[in-house]
Amino acid sequence: MSKIEAGMAGSVWKILVKEGDEVKAGQEVVILESMKMEIPVAVEADGTVTKVLVQEGDFVNDTDVLLEVE
Amino acid sequence: MFSKILIANRGEIALRVIRTCKKMGIETVAVYSEADADSLFVREADEAYCIGKPPVHLSYLNVDGIIAAAKTSGAEAIHPGYGLLSENAGFAARCKVEGIVFIGPEPEIIASMGSKIEARKTMKEAGVPIIEGINTSLENEEEAKLAAKQIGYPLMLKASAGGGGIGMQLVRSEEELGNAFAGNQKRAQSFFGNGAMFLEKYISEPHHIEVQILADSYGNIVPLFERECSIQRRNQKVVEEAPSPFISMETREKMLSAAVQAARHIGYSNAGTIEFLVDKEQNFYFLEMNTRLQVEHPVTEEITGLDLVEEQIKVAAGNPLTLTRGDVYRKGHAIEVRIYAEDPKTFLPSPGKITNFELPKGEGIRNECAIEAGTQVTPFYDPMIAKLIAWGETRQVACSRVKAALEDYKIDGIKTNIPMLIKTVSHEQFLAGKINTNFVNEYYLPLLPSL
Repeated sequence: MSKIEAGMAGSVWKILVKEGDEVKAGQEVVILESMKMEIPVAVEADGTVTKVLVQEGDFVNDTDVLLEVE
Repeated sequence: MFSKILIANRGEIALRVIRTCKKMGIETVAVYSEADADSLFVREADEAYCIGKPPVHLSYLNVDGIIAAAKTSGAEAIHPGYGLLSENAGFAARCKVEGIVFIGPEPEIIASMGSKIEARKTMKEAGVPIIEGINTSLENEEEAKLAAKQIGYPLMLKASAGGGGIGMQLVRSEEELGNAFAGNQKRAQSFFGNGAMFLEKYISEPHHIEVQILADSYGNIVPLFERECSIQRRNQKVVEEAPSPFISMETREKMLSAAVQAARHIGYSNAGTIEFLVDKEQNFYFLEMNTRLQVEHPVTEEITGLDLVEEQIKVAAGNPLTLTRGDVYRKGHAIEVRIYAEDPKTFLPSPGKITNFELPKGEGIRNECAIEAGTQVTPFYDPMIAKLIAWGETRQVACSRVKAALEDYKIDGIKTNIPMLIKTVSHEQFLAGKINTNFVNEYYLPLLPSL
């Protein structure tokens, strides 16, 4: 299982996947917004989204976990 | 004259407006979000009201909260600064209804310039040159492709309500247009609540040059020369200067006259800026009008000796302008650099706590800044945290002063674009005045491996 972290403080602008979705390495799964800029967050390896831990509009810190991928 | 003004903004521009109010003997009211409670601009204002949680839509765009603070404090006028509510016609109209003076043009004027498509049509009527393109909203990819055939590639795809480069993309072929259309339309829709798109012919190696004007409510309009703002990253300005090192005296006179013509045609009042794109042959074309004070207004102040905020306040209070075009002289050269809390290599934001902070000093150096040691730079707002302005008798002197001041700038705890700014203002192409909007791509990005 891998945890997808925010990498930067900001708010969750868009969540592009839901639990159960298959994702491929490099695929953008969440878009954060920080300082008026969109920051896409991608997964590093192929897998299945097992858990979505945030909602659109949530504020996150840089090490907060956004998703879990199996 | 007003006795009390509320500033509906934050950071350096709030502090800038407070400074002029103090000089004029006007009391000031700050409004702030929970994230800015400890900010310098809140402490410097005579009164301050918290108007909501950190995200802008809950605080700095909270119209009801701002109006309530104005009523409670008894402020007679609101200065909107730049960004946030400054070009929101609905807010300006609301102020009017509430009997509060909005320091800016009339709501109808703001609205008419807020749509780029409408502004293009209006400027064409005014006899101001516009870039060849489409003056209607393109609904879908097919319509866009059809229109593109008539004008010819390369083209700029743009959002009518756009700003800051959002919803804008260069397209060189039908295929690129096809790939770009839906995404940019969606972006424009989600950022500006308006997905109207249009196309303009692409101008290669363009200069972004804008004319500052001041207008009162009696039809007097004075142009305050131009600013060259061609150094940009992510389609946002990074270095601005006045005068432009590129245009001839003849082009300057033509541009100033076109700006006055534009302002007269729409019945503009207060401070405003007409942005133009200028091609290699010094042909200039209307780009957009900013119906507010601009971030880079200090370079105009430095070469003219005027205080633009003071002029704005006087005009809003119903006073006629006391200067004419013939009274305004320019002296020397001024350069402004924007200091962003961002990685100088990737341009990605870098929020965090400022641990050590010391501003540079020196002849001709001006700092506009609302941060200090201990300030938490939050991810909620624009990454611009300060501006540094250098004036000199010549461009060469201004260049060397801005470079020396950047080297003296002490800011620890977060990453900033200062290394990028130093590379830019000391680059031989910049020193030679050979700048256009491709500068960062062409001359800065190739230096990255050596940084």
